Amino acid sequence: MIQVRLAASALEVEFQAASGITALYGPAGAGKTMILDAVAGFVTPQSGRIILDDEILFDAVSHVNLPSGRRHCGYVSRHWALFPHMSLHDNLLFPLASLRRLERHRRVKEMLERFALQEAAARRPHAVLPAERLRATVARALIGEPKLLLVDEPAGGLDMALRVELCNTLRMVRDETELPVLLATRDLDICFELAGNLLLLDRGRILQSGPPRKVQDQPASVEAARLLGIPNLFPAEIVALDPGRNTSLLRLESFELTGPYFPGRLRGDRVWLCVEASALRVSPHDGSKPQTNQVPARLERASDLPQSVRLEFAGAIVAEIPRQEFARQKDNKEWLVEFPPEALRVVARDAAENL
Amino acid sequence: MPVDWSPLWLSLRYAALATLFSLVAGLPLAWLLTAREFPGRELLDAVANLPLVLPPAVLAYYLLSALGRWPLAFHWHAAVVVSTIYTLPLLMRMSRAGLAEVDHSLENAARSLGAGEWRVFWRITWPLAWRALIAAILAGFARSFADFGITAIVAGGATDAAQTATLLVLIAAAALAALYIGNRLRRGQVLA
Repeated sequence: MIQVRLAASALEVEFQAASGITALYGPAGAGKTMILDAVAGFVTPQSGRIILDDEILFDAVSHVNLPSGRRHCGYVSRHWALFPHMSLHDNLLFPLASLRRLERHRRVKEMLERFALQEAAARRPHAVLPAERLRATVARALIGEPKLLLVDEPAGGLDMALRVELCNTLRMVRDETELPVLLATRDLDICFELAGNLLLLDRGRILQSGPPRKVQDQPASVEAARLLGIPNLFPAEIVALDPGRNTSLLRLESFELTGPYFPGRLRGDRVWLCVEASALRVSPHDGSKPQTNQVPARLERASDLPQSVRLEFAGAIVAEIPRQEFARQKDNKEWLVEFPPEALRVVARDAAENL
Repeated sequence: MPVDWSPLWLSLRYAALATLFSLVAGLPLAWLLTAREFPGRELLDAVANLPLVLPPAVLAYYLLSALGRWPLAFHWHAAVVVSTIYTLPLLMRMSRAGLAEVDHSLENAARSLGAGEWRVFWRITWPLAWRALIAAILAGFARSFADFGITAIVAGGATDAAQTATLLVLIAAAALAALYIGNRLRRGQVLA
């Protein structure tokens, strides 16, 4: 269990994390690495407190600031940081200096086996495969039996193969140990794959936290929705609310939509309407009268994604549909876009705020 | 006519001493200025580099007024002190560059793996920076050696023009060799 409260210039966060993977997700400059470095003891925050299990690692008020080496944190840095002048074997040996010789070698052997590194063990980091480097880094961070693992995703991002490797390795750590893991990443897919909990970070603040699915389903603010990659964000006004029939009516700039009842909102509230691209349904517009929640829209651009097609309509409406579905009607320009009521989410909007 | 080698040996000895002293002061200083943040860091940096910008005459005047009270003035000890002060900035600057080239995340990794600063230096920083540090020492030595040698020849009553010329060429060659070896060493670091 790690408890963190930090304040430094351009950073102010408070959170705790138990065993399992907690993802720190946000754009570059959100403060992810800064948080990890503060927990590891590489930087000293101006104020706050960090507690790991029962031990105070840092407390600005009582001037406690344990050196990195006594914090029991394994750190997988964004540069991997394997010692280039030592073999992988010696890299693993490095943290065990205080142990007896036999115990040292037993542990290294065990780790090499667990992370499938026996064959690469005698080679130096630059002479082994990137996947082996990654596994060795994680193994080295774990070999001293830390109470917390900090993982910083590489600054340049990961290629596909390494991404899979990182996920597999961290999944193994998650499933085989009780270790809390803080994972800093800019990859939302990794968060969904691995993390039990997500901290959505932007400019040194936590915008929202919770299980990834829950955060994605109900963003707390329009900034959160943007960070989560939800493309359809429209200013709207609630013009009717009916809890009895579980319906509401939203007025947007040029059309109206029927939605579910929004608990906690009032009639006349100004809100942002958020809709996932994949939640929209589209069909060619044959000139007939649009039904409820169907909006005629002109297709401006269609771009290929690996598994689907992204359709951008006039009025900044973005939909994503399977490739086959689009292939049948790709020359069509006029479409009907349907907003299913259950896919509509609203978040508060300040009076002055606009896109 | 036999060449009088004594100025060469003399300056070799003194230069070695001066290099040793500036190493003892310069390397920790370089490490401090590279790896640590502390109040007065910029000031210390400026002071250590001061000999680079002060004319030798000015420095000599300071030293004379400081050392003059002891019987040290005009003794060879004084020469070593002056040479140390002049060698220090060069040695320190080159060491700093070498230390700064070591990826900071490696040293941090070692720290979080339980190593103290001493162990971090000897197991991580030194093995990765030793070429640059040796190059710095060689450059410091070359400077100190040339300085001494030329002074010794001129001050030692340079009566024989041919001998003076020979020694001067030898000194320049030795300094050049030290710098060249240092550079080769540094370049080798790319492969490490």
